[in-house]
Amino acid sequence: MNLTRRHFLILLPAAAVAWEAVLAGTPETSPNYAMTEHWWGMLVDISKCIGCGNCVRACATENDVPDGYFRTWVERYHISDYDLTNPVVDSPDGGKEGFPAMLESGGKNFFVPKMCNHCADSPCTQVCPVGATFITPDGVVLVDKKYCIGCRYCIQACPYGCRYLNPKTQTADKCTLCYHRITQGLTTACCEACPTGARQLADLKNPNDPIHEFVRTHDVQVLKPYMATGAKLFYNDLDGSVR
Amino acid sequence: MSRFKDGGHLLRVVLVFVLGASAFLVLRAALVPRSFGEYGHYRGNAINEIAAQPIAFAGHQTCETCHPDIATVKNAGKHAGVNCEACHGALAKHADSPVDVRPPTLDTAVLCVRCHQANGARPKSFPQVNADEHSAGLPCGTCHQPHSPVIGAGAKQ
Repeated sequence: MNLTRRHFLILLPAAAVAWEAVLAGTPETSPNYAMTEHWWGMLVDISKCIGCGNCVRACATENDVPDGYFRTWVERYHISDYDLTNPVVDSPDGGKEGFPAMLESGGKNFFVPKMCNHCADSPCTQVCPVGATFITPDGVVLVDKKYCIGCRYCIQACPYGCRYLNPKTQTADKCTLCYHRITQGLTTACCEACPTGARQLADLKNPNDPIHEFVRTHDVQVLKPYMATGAKLFYNDLDGSVR
Repeated sequence: MSRFKDGGHLLRVVLVFVLGASAFLVLRAALVPRSFGEYGHYRGNAINEIAAQPIAFAGHQTCETCHPDIATVKNAGKHAGVNCEACHGALAKHADSPVDVRPPTLDTAVLCVRCHQANGARPKSFPQVNADEHSAGLPCGTCHQPHSPVIGAGAKQ
């Protein structure tokens, strides 16, 4: 069929309407979820963590995290009685398969699960040159992989080392706080798989969330508070030597 | 035209600027996604795209709708706080089609020691054993029922 100028002009509005649909993107998936009613964070109770690695494996399964990369990982700290400020830290394969027996004896030993702190004033979102990473109105730091150009600025900017360049997509990747789950009323994969309740998803805007009572009655801290990132990964029983 | 000798040149420069600016505005309207700037300096629809990812862990509430008997036994014992998928693995596919997708058979020799093998960094109050000495090679299930592990605490599940 020969496309005449007349036909082309007739088809133009149809193409414009179709392009509009392309630009509009996917529709809202959870119509009952209102972003403005939530402000997400997480509570980690170090005194309950047993270093089983369930969270690391669950995260990899849920989010298809490539081998050798981590959205969450567990570190084991050993603090000698004679050198309190220089802990020995190990994290074999991110703690994915658990931890071998301790090499050091004595001192103070504990596990520290780590992941994105979903900072309210995050350095990673500030350095993105293309608007590919951002904090949602409900307080979750996400990456738009269609916009990410893979420049790695955000990976360098994160003070907690929580981002990586996904080798499959060549875009920055990180913990989404299981955004696809929490918007459906489920907890995150790591919290679901944690056998001791060392991790608890927390909705800081919900006055009935147990986090408020917990924070009132425990000594809760965030990592690197002096960086003023507004971190929302709260730790109970955090030793001062943890970086 | 009477005031400036070459007023025509100025007019052409202005025209070029106006054309350039309109081309920029038209292209920007066409190329920038409609949802960009909806909530901030990013594509608002990216949020929905990320929220549309399928789930792998069904969640213990889903498990308990079909397996209330096991949930009752588990919630009466020491493993009350341990969610089903902590040991059984991600089973959203099984929840979607219970007959077609069967949960994998579990190996207590791997699962139990993952949490209960003695490790110096584990909290002192957490029950830990040295598996080699503890059971003399017998599988954990010989004495302990995983859903209610205290010996003699519950019926076999």
